[in-house]
Amino acid sequence: MIEIGARVRVDDRFHAGHHRVPGYLKGREGVVTACLGRFPNPEALAYFRPGDPPLALYQVRFRQADLWDGYAGGPADTLDADIYEHWLQPLEDRP
Amino acid sequence: MNETHVHAHPPAADDPSSGYEPLERAIRELLIEKGILDAAAIRRRIEAMDGLTPANGARLVARAWTDPAFKARLLEDAAGLLAEEGYELEHSPTVRIVENTEGVHNVIVCTLCSCYPRMVLGLPPAWYKKKAYRARVVREPRAVLAEFGTELPDDVEVRVHDSTADLRYIVLPRRPEGTEDMDEEALAALVTRDALIGTAPARAPGDT
Repeated sequence: MIEIGARVRVDDRFHAGHHRVPGYLKGREGVVTACLGRFPNPEALAYFRPGDPPLALYQVRFRQADLWDGYAGGPADTLDADIYEHWLQPLEDRP
Repeated sequence: MNETHVHAHPPAADDPSSGYEPLERAIRELLIEKGILDAAAIRRRIEAMDGLTPANGARLVARAWTDPAFKARLLEDAAGLLAEEGYELEHSPTVRIVENTEGVHNVIVCTLCSCYPRMVLGLPPAWYKKKAYRARVVREPRAVLAEFGTELPDDVEVRVHDSTADLRYIVLPRRPEGTEDMDEEALAALVTRDALIGTAPARAPGDT
Protein backbone atom coordinates (compact mmCIF):
# COMPACT_ATOMS: atom_id res chain seq x y z
CA MET A 1 0.00 0.00 0.00
CA ILE A 2 1.43 3.36 -1.02
CA GLU A 3 0.39 6.33 1.12
CA ILE A 4 -1.37 9.35 -0.38
CA GLY A 5 1.26 12.08 -0.69
CA ALA A 6 4.14 9.64 -1.19
CA ARG A 7 6.73 10.47 -3.84
CA VAL A 8 7.08 7.69 -6.38
CA ARG A 9 9.06 6.90 -9.49
CA VAL A 10 7.49 5.07 -12.42
CA ASP A 11 9.59 2.06 -13.39
CA ASP A 12 11.61 2.61 -16.52
CA ARG A 13 11.45 -0.87 -17.95
CA PHE A 14 10.54 -2.56 -21.16
CA HIS A 15 7.38 -4.62 -21.13
CA ALA A 16 6.67 -6.87 -24.09
CA GLY A 17 2.96 -6.73 -24.77
CA HIS A 18 -0.05 -4.75 -23.62
CA HIS A 19 0.47 -2.43 -20.67
CA ARG A 20 -1.05 0.83 -19.52
CA VAL A 21 2.01 2.93 -18.68
CA PRO A 22 2.72 5.60 -21.31
CA GLY A 23 6.36 5.78 -22.37
CA TYR A 24 6.63 9.47 -21.54
CA LEU A 25 6.05 8.69 -17.84
CA LYS A 26 8.55 5.84 -17.50
CA GLY A 27 11.37 6.84 -15.14
CA ARG A 28 9.51 10.01 -14.07
CA GLU A 29 8.82 11.08 -10.50
CA GLY A 30 5.48 12.23 -9.14
CA VAL A 31 3.27 12.25 -6.06
CA VAL A 32 0.45 9.82 -5.29
CA THR A 33 -2.75 11.86 -5.03
CA ALA A 34 -5.37 9.10 -4.70
CA CYS A 35 -5.86 5.37 -4.47
CA LEU A 36 -8.50 4.51 -7.05
CA GLY A 37 -9.29 0.95 -6.00
CA ARG A 38 -8.17 -2.47 -7.19
CA PHE A 39 -8.57 -3.74 -10.74
CA PRO A 40 -7.61 -6.93 -12.60
CA ASN A 41 -4.17 -6.64 -14.17
CA PRO A 42 -4.70 -5.34 -17.74
CA GLU A 43 -1.42 -6.96 -18.81
CA ALA A 44 -3.13 -10.33 -18.28
CA LEU A 45 -6.68 -9.35 -19.28
CA ALA A 46 -5.40 -8.37 -22.72
CA TYR A 47 -4.47 -12.01 -23.31
CA PHE A 48 -7.71 -13.52 -21.96
CA ARG A 49 -6.25 -14.35 -18.55
CA PRO A 50 -8.17 -13.30 -15.42
CA GLY A 51 -5.66 -10.75 -14.10
CA ASP A 52 -5.69 -12.05 -10.52
CA PRO A 53 -4.94 -10.82 -7.98
CA PRO A 54 -6.38 -7.37 -8.68
CA LEU A 55 -3.82 -4.58 -8.45
CA ALA A 56 -4.05 -1.28 -6.58
CA LEU A 57 -4.39 1.62 -9.00
CA TYR A 58 -3.00 5.01 -8.02
CA GLN A 59 -3.52 8.47 -9.37
CA VAL A 60 -0.07 10.01 -9.69
CA ARG A 61 0.46 13.73 -10.24
CA PHE A 62 3.50 14.91 -12.19
CA ARG A 63 4.82 18.45 -12.60
CA GLN A 64 4.76 19.27 -16.29
CA ALA A 65 8.12 21.03 -15.91
CA ASP A 66 9.57 17.65 -14.78
CA LEU A 67 8.20 15.83 -17.82
CA TRP A 68 9.22 18.04 -20.72
CA ASP A 69 12.40 19.96 -21.42
CA GLY A 70 11.58 23.60 -21.91
CA TYR A 71 7.91 23.18 -20.96
CA ALA A 72 6.26 26.40 -22.09
CA GLY A 73 3.21 26.49 -19.80
CA GLY A 74 2.75 27.77 -16.26
CA PRO A 75 5.08 26.56 -13.47
CA ALA A 76 2.15 25.05 -11.55
CA ASP A 77 0.88 22.96 -14.48
CA THR A 78 0.46 19.26 -13.73
CA LEU A 79 -0.46 15.97 -15.35
CA ASP A 80 -2.37 13.18 -13.62
CA ALA A 81 -2.14 9.58 -14.76
CA ASP A 82 -3.48 6.33 -13.31
CA ILE A 83 -0.68 3.82 -12.67
CA TYR A 84 -0.84 0.30 -11.23
CA GLU A 85 1.15 -0.49 -8.09
CA HIS A 86 3.63 -2.84 -9.75
CA TRP A 87 4.97 0.03 -11.86
CA LEU A 88 5.60 2.39 -8.91
CA GLN A 89 8.63 2.64 -6.63
CA PRO A 90 8.14 4.73 -3.47
CA LEU A 91 11.01 7.20 -2.99
CA GLU A 92 12.56 8.29 0.29
CA ASP A 93 11.74 11.89 1.07
CA ARG A 94 14.75 13.93 0.23
CA PRO A 95 15.61 17.31 1.73
CA MET B 1 -23.59 11.02 -62.71
CA ASN B 2 -20.84 12.62 -64.75
CA GLU B 3 -20.36 10.40 -67.80
CA THR B 4 -16.86 11.73 -68.48
CA HIS B 5 -15.55 10.60 -65.06
CA VAL B 6 -13.50 7.50 -65.90
CA HIS B 7 -13.07 5.04 -63.03
CA ALA B 8 -9.41 4.17 -63.36
CA HIS B 9 -9.08 4.09 -59.57
CA PRO B 10 -10.69 1.51 -57.25
CA PRO B 11 -13.82 2.61 -55.38
CA ALA B 12 -12.81 4.86 -52.48
CA ALA B 13 -13.12 3.18 -49.08
CA ASP B 14 -14.38 5.22 -46.11
CA ASP B 15 -11.09 4.68 -44.36
CA PRO B 16 -8.56 3.01 -46.66
CA SER B 17 -5.92 2.94 -43.90
CA SER B 18 -7.87 0.61 -41.65
CA GLY B 19 -7.77 -3.18 -41.92
CA TYR B 20 -10.23 -3.45 -39.05
CA GLU B 21 -13.35 -3.08 -41.14
CA PRO B 22 -13.11 -6.47 -42.89
CA LEU B 23 -12.02 -8.02 -39.58
CA GLU B 24 -15.08 -6.59 -37.81
CA ARG B 25 -17.35 -7.84 -40.59
CA ALA B 26 -15.87 -11.34 -40.50
CA ILE B 27 -16.25 -11.65 -36.71
CA ARG B 28 -19.76 -10.17 -36.76
CA GLU B 29 -20.88 -12.60 -39.47
CA LEU B 30 -19.36 -15.55 -37.59
CA LEU B 31 -21.08 -14.56 -34.32
CA ILE B 32 -24.41 -14.29 -36.12
CA GLU B 33 -23.86 -17.57 -38.00
CA LYS B 34 -23.09 -19.38 -34.74
CA GLY B 35 -26.20 -17.92 -33.12
CA ILE B 36 -24.27 -16.03 -30.41
CA LEU B 37 -25.64 -12.67 -31.58
CA ASP B 38 -28.25 -11.57 -34.07
CA ALA B 39 -28.32 -8.47 -36.23
CA ALA B 40 -31.15 -6.93 -34.21
CA ALA B 41 -29.14 -7.25 -30.98
CA ILE B 42 -26.21 -5.46 -32.60
CA ARG B 43 -28.52 -2.74 -33.92
CA ARG B 44 -30.07 -2.27 -30.46
CA ARG B 45 -26.60 -1.90 -28.95
CA ILE B 46 -25.70 0.73 -31.56
CA GLU B 47 -28.97 2.55 -30.87
CA ALA B 48 -28.25 2.51 -27.14
CA MET B 49 -24.78 3.97 -27.77
CA ASP B 50 -26.19 6.61 -30.10
CA GLY B 51 -28.70 7.53 -27.38
CA LEU B 52 -25.82 8.63 -25.14
CA THR B 53 -24.81 12.22 -25.84
CA PRO B 54 -23.00 15.14 -24.17
CA ALA B 55 -26.47 16.36 -23.12
CA ASN B 56 -26.24 13.76 -20.32
CA GLY B 57 -23.10 15.42 -19.00
CA ALA B 58 -24.64 18.88 -19.40
CA ARG B 59 -27.62 17.88 -17.24
CA LEU B 60 -25.31 16.54 -14.52
CA VAL B 61 -23.26 19.74 -14.56
CA ALA B 62 -26.32 22.01 -14.43
CA ARG B 63 -27.66 20.08 -11.47
CA ALA B 64 -24.27 20.21 -9.72
CA TRP B 65 -24.22 24.00 -10.22
CA THR B 66 -27.61 24.38 -8.54
CA ASP B 67 -27.57 21.64 -5.90
CA PRO B 68 -24.52 21.58 -3.56
CA ALA B 69 -25.38 18.16 -2.11
CA PHE B 70 -25.64 16.66 -5.61
CA LYS B 71 -22.31 18.26 -6.56
CA ALA B 72 -20.60 16.90 -3.43
CA ARG B 73 -21.85 13.42 -4.23
CA LEU B 74 -20.88 13.75 -7.91
CA LEU B 75 -17.30 14.64 -6.99
CA GLU B 76 -17.11 12.00 -4.26
CA ASP B 77 -18.77 9.02 -5.95
CA ALA B 78 -19.78 9.74 -9.55
CA ALA B 79 -20.01 6.06 -10.46
CA GLY B 80 -22.42 5.28 -7.61
CA LEU B 81 -24.53 8.33 -8.37
CA LEU B 82 -24.68 7.61 -12.11
CA ALA B 83 -25.70 4.00 -11.47
CA GLU B 84 -28.59 5.31 -9.35
CA GLU B 85 -29.48 7.71 -12.17
CA GLY B 86 -29.96 4.70 -14.46
CA TYR B 87 -26.69 4.66 -16.37
CA GLU B 88 -25.50 1.21 -17.37
CA LEU B 89 -22.10 1.00 -15.69
CA GLU B 90 -21.89 -2.65 -14.75
CA HIS B 91 -19.43 -3.59 -17.49
CA SER B 92 -17.88 -0.14 -17.79
CA PRO B 93 -14.82 1.49 -16.34
CA THR B 94 -15.35 3.74 -13.31
CA VAL B 95 -16.29 7.39 -13.91
CA ARG B 96 -14.72 10.29 -12.06
CA ILE B 97 -15.67 13.96 -12.22
CA VAL B 98 -12.93 16.58 -11.87
CA GLU B 99 -13.87 20.13 -10.94
CA ASN B 100 -12.54 23.27 -12.55
CA THR B 101 -11.94 26.03 -10.01
CA GLU B 102 -10.54 29.54 -10.02
CA GLY B 103 -7.06 28.01 -9.71
CA VAL B 104 -7.27 24.73 -11.66
CA HIS B 105 -8.38 23.95 -15.21
CA ASN B 106 -8.73 20.26 -16.09
CA VAL B 107 -8.50 18.72 -19.54
CA ILE B 108 -8.98 15.06 -20.49
CA VAL B 109 -7.05 12.86 -22.91
CA CYS B 110 -6.18 9.22 -23.47
CA THR B 111 -2.66 9.05 -24.89
CA LEU B 112 -2.63 5.25 -25.16
CA CYS B 113 -5.84 4.86 -27.19
CA SER B 114 -9.12 6.76 -27.07
CA CYS B 115 -10.63 6.09 -23.63
CA TYR B 116 -13.60 8.41 -23.13
CA PRO B 117 -16.60 8.46 -20.78
CA ARG B 118 -18.74 6.82 -23.47
CA MET B 119 -21.11 5.31 -20.91
CA VAL B 120 -22.31 8.84 -20.17
CA LEU B 121 -21.38 11.07 -23.14
CA GLY B 122 -21.53 8.56 -26.01
CA LEU B 123 -18.92 8.51 -28.74
CA PRO B 124 -15.94 10.88 -28.60
CA PRO B 125 -15.36 13.54 -31.27
CA ALA B 126 -13.01 12.50 -34.08
CA TRP B 127 -10.24 14.90 -32.96
CA TYR B 128 -10.18 13.31 -29.51
CA LYS B 129 -8.95 10.06 -31.11
CA LYS B 130 -6.34 11.68 -33.36
CA LYS B 131 -2.67 11.30 -32.57
CA ALA B 132 -2.16 15.06 -32.88
CA TYR B 133 -4.50 15.84 -29.96
CA ARG B 134 -3.29 12.90 -27.87
CA ALA B 135 0.40 13.65 -28.30
CA ARG B 136 0.18 17.42 -28.07
CA VAL B 137 -2.26 18.04 -25.22
CA VAL B 138 0.05 16.34 -22.72
CA ARG B 139 3.18 18.24 -23.72
CA GLU B 140 1.78 21.62 -24.75
CA PRO B 141 -1.71 21.78 -23.26
CA ARG B 142 -1.88 25.58 -23.32
CA ALA B 143 -1.08 25.73 -27.03
CA VAL B 144 -3.76 23.13 -27.77
CA LEU B 145 -6.31 24.91 -25.55
CA ALA B 146 -5.50 28.19 -27.31
CA GLU B 147 -6.36 26.51 -30.64
CA PHE B 148 -9.79 25.80 -29.13
CA GLY B 149 -10.00 29.50 -28.22
CA THR B 150 -9.29 28.84 -24.55
CA GLU B 151 -6.57 31.13 -23.17
CA LEU B 152 -5.73 30.66 -19.51
CA PRO B 153 -3.65 32.97 -17.29
CA ASP B 154 -0.27 31.62 -16.13
CA ASP B 155 -1.37 31.44 -12.50
CA VAL B 156 -4.12 28.95 -13.35
CA GLU B 157 -2.83 25.39 -13.03
CA VAL B 158 -3.58 23.41 -16.17
CA ARG B 159 -4.09 19.80 -15.09
CA VAL B 160 -4.09 17.20 -17.85
CA HIS B 161 -5.72 13.85 -17.03
CA ASP B 162 -4.29 11.01 -19.06
CA SER B 163 -6.93 8.24 -18.85
CA THR B 164 -4.36 5.44 -18.75
CA ALA B 165 -6.30 2.76 -16.89
CA ASP B 166 -9.72 1.85 -15.48
CA LEU B 167 -11.16 5.32 -14.91
CA ARG B 168 -12.90 7.70 -17.29
CA TYR B 169 -12.96 11.41 -16.57
CA ILE B 170 -15.53 14.15 -17.09
CA VAL B 171 -14.78 17.81 -16.36
CA LEU B 172 -17.15 19.83 -14.20
CA PRO B 173 -16.68 23.29 -15.74
CA ARG B 174 -17.00 26.51 -13.76
CA ARG B 175 -20.42 28.12 -13.68
CA PRO B 176 -20.29 31.21 -15.89
CA GLU B 177 -20.95 34.61 -14.38
CA GLY B 178 -24.35 36.18 -14.94
CA THR B 179 -26.21 32.86 -14.65
CA GLU B 180 -27.56 33.33 -11.12
CA ASP B 181 -31.19 33.52 -12.26
CA MET B 182 -31.05 30.67 -14.77
CA ASP B 183 -32.80 27.37 -14.17
CA GLU B 184 -31.25 23.94 -14.68
CA GLU B 185 -32.47 23.55 -18.23
CA ALA B 186 -31.09 26.93 -19.32
CA LEU B 187 -27.80 26.19 -17.53
CA ALA B 188 -27.47 22.81 -19.23
CA ALA B 189 -27.64 24.54 -22.62
CA LEU B 190 -24.38 26.35 -21.73
CA VAL B 191 -22.46 23.10 -21.19
CA THR B 192 -20.91 21.89 -24.43
CA ARG B 193 -19.12 18.64 -25.18
CA ASP B 194 -15.81 20.51 -25.23
CA ALA B 195 -16.54 21.95 -21.77
CA LEU B 196 -17.00 18.37 -20.51
CA ILE B 197 -13.63 17.38 -22.02
CA GLY B 198 -11.99 20.56 -20.78
CA THR B 199 -10.90 22.06 -24.09
CA ALA B 200 -13.31 24.96 -23.53
CA PRO B 201 -15.14 26.66 -20.66
CA ALA B 202 -18.92 26.54 -20.42
CA ARG B 203 -20.53 29.12 -22.70
CA ALA B 204 -21.45 32.49 -21.25
CA PRO B 205 -25.16 33.36 -21.38
CA GLY B 206 -25.91 35.04 -24.70
CA ASP B 207 -22.94 33.41 -26.47
CA THR B 208 -23.91 31.58 -29.61
